[in-house]
Amino acid sequence: MAKHETPMLDQLESGPWPSFVSDLKQQAEVRAKNEANIEFQIPRDVVEDLLGVLELSYDHGRTHWKHGGIVGVFGYGGGVIGRYCDQPEQFPGVAHFHTMRVNQPGGKFYKAEYLKQLCDLWDFRGSGITNMHGSTGDIIFLGTTTPQLEEIFYEMTHKLNQDLGGSGSNLRTPADCVGQARCEFACYDTQDLCYDLTMEYQDELHRPAFPYKFKFKFDGCPNCCVASIARSDLSFIGTWRDDIKIDQEAVAAYIGGEIPPNAGAHSGRDWGPFDIQKEVIDNCPTECMWMEDGKLKIDNKECNRCMHCINVMPRALHIGDDRGVTILAGAKAPILDGAQMGSLIVPFMKAEPPYTEIKEKVIEPIWDWWMEEGKNRERLGELMKRQGLQKMLDVLGFEADPRMVQEPRHNPYIFWKEEEVPGGFKRDINEFRKYHQR
Amino acid sequence: MEYEEAKKKITEALQKKLKTKSKFYFSDLAKILGEKPRVAKKLINQMVQEGVLEYWSSGSTSMYGMPGTGKQAHAEHED
Repeated sequence: MAKHETPMLDQLESGPWPSFVSDLKQQAEVRAKNEANIEFQIPRDVVEDLLGVLELSYDHGRTHWKHGGIVGVFGYGGGVIGRYCDQPEQFPGVAHFHTMRVNQPGGKFYKAEYLKQLCDLWDFRGSGITNMHGSTGDIIFLGTTTPQLEEIFYEMTHKLNQDLGGSGSNLRTPADCVGQARCEFACYDTQDLCYDLTMEYQDELHRPAFPYKFKFKFDGCPNCCVASIARSDLSFIGTWRDDIKIDQEAVAAYIGGEIPPNAGAHSGRDWGPFDIQKEVIDNCPTECMWMEDGKLKIDNKECNRCMHCINVMPRALHIGDDRGVTILAGAKAPILDGAQMGSLIVPFMKAEPPYTEIKEKVIEPIWDWWMEEGKNRERLGELMKRQGLQKMLDVLGFEADPRMVQEPRHNPYIFWKEEEVPGGFKRDINEFRKYHQR
Repeated sequence: MEYEEAKKKITEALQKKLKTKSKFYFSDLAKILGEKPRVAKKLINQMVQEGVLEYWSSGSTSMYGMPGTGKQAHAEHED
């Protein structure tokens, strides 16, 4: 018999999709039976009370969670999010229900053993409910009480070699794709850069002094598997500046049907024989490919790295050898002023350890500018919009580049600065009066 | 700025505003100190370490306050 009646939540289980309600009920039962004999450090019925308060919220059409809190682990201003229920008498199990963010391993690579250790810790000291993974990429622990926070942090840092992630006005947990560990398209070592910046910027990760959140994301190639272009304030996308490498024999093998296109990813039904004209050449957004004497040709200077041809024929086409990153800034979700994609600020930069150029010429000047000029709760993308890309380029000391232009300008006026005009704004008045009467 | 001087400035300014406000953005504190963000951060971090200030977080935004002030600490038995 469930502790609380939950007719509205039960209805959510009736659809064709897996339901979080079923998962929570299962977890409530596991805790009630406690076959593993765990000495639960927070109320055993936490999950039942969580279901109860959610049902009540549906009934009232309003939340019963309070906003934020002062809790954390000593010295850290992020990684723990205080959550309190405003109906603690009715639902004592969730009176405290704090969230902890665990900094996920690079590329989300972990062993089953590591996951088991995390889950054992969380069953013992928390609700056992996790979110794999949160939007920022962290492993999220949902629901524990204040006295457990330091205990969990100690266990994680001393026994699991594991840190908390970012929350609040901090650098958020940097997130990356699997990169060169498993992907031949990766133009730089995403995991190394992600780890390097995570370690370098520990202070920014744990001690909040930014106007608002700040996210780094690292994509090894323009396929953008972690969607850095849409979801991070500073997006690092792998690219190359020489030519796409072509293996003409493999191109012929694709055309002859010997190699399945898209590495066989669309082999679930019969799409007919592979047609390179229709499936690759005609789909090139810049129309920079053609066949000549049975050979595939690419006008590389027109390529905009859409990745389509490489994705369709990975054994025939390969990223170039002169590799690095393109850096974009200012992407965000639509809280103010609508969602924004990143704007290109660095067309190409080498990404090799110790990444000094990236740190000193891009990241740190941007932070200094945003920390001084950003309003409270203003994302980098909003500051860029408010003060203009030109201002940002000034801050970085970069020259404007045609590749930064997305569309023709809306504003017909050009405001020159004195140093941009040959001879400046000063003039010889006597020389002027020779030609113009007063 | 010396740490002790910074601490005095912050505690006096925050005490004065306590009737209307108990949580402050980082930029409010930097303004009180009259320092650039990087310098202010070092001083403010030390104040947090010493318990002169404490963090408050909504999950998305972080603020600073003096321990035990505001309604929340008492209401949630965290004081």
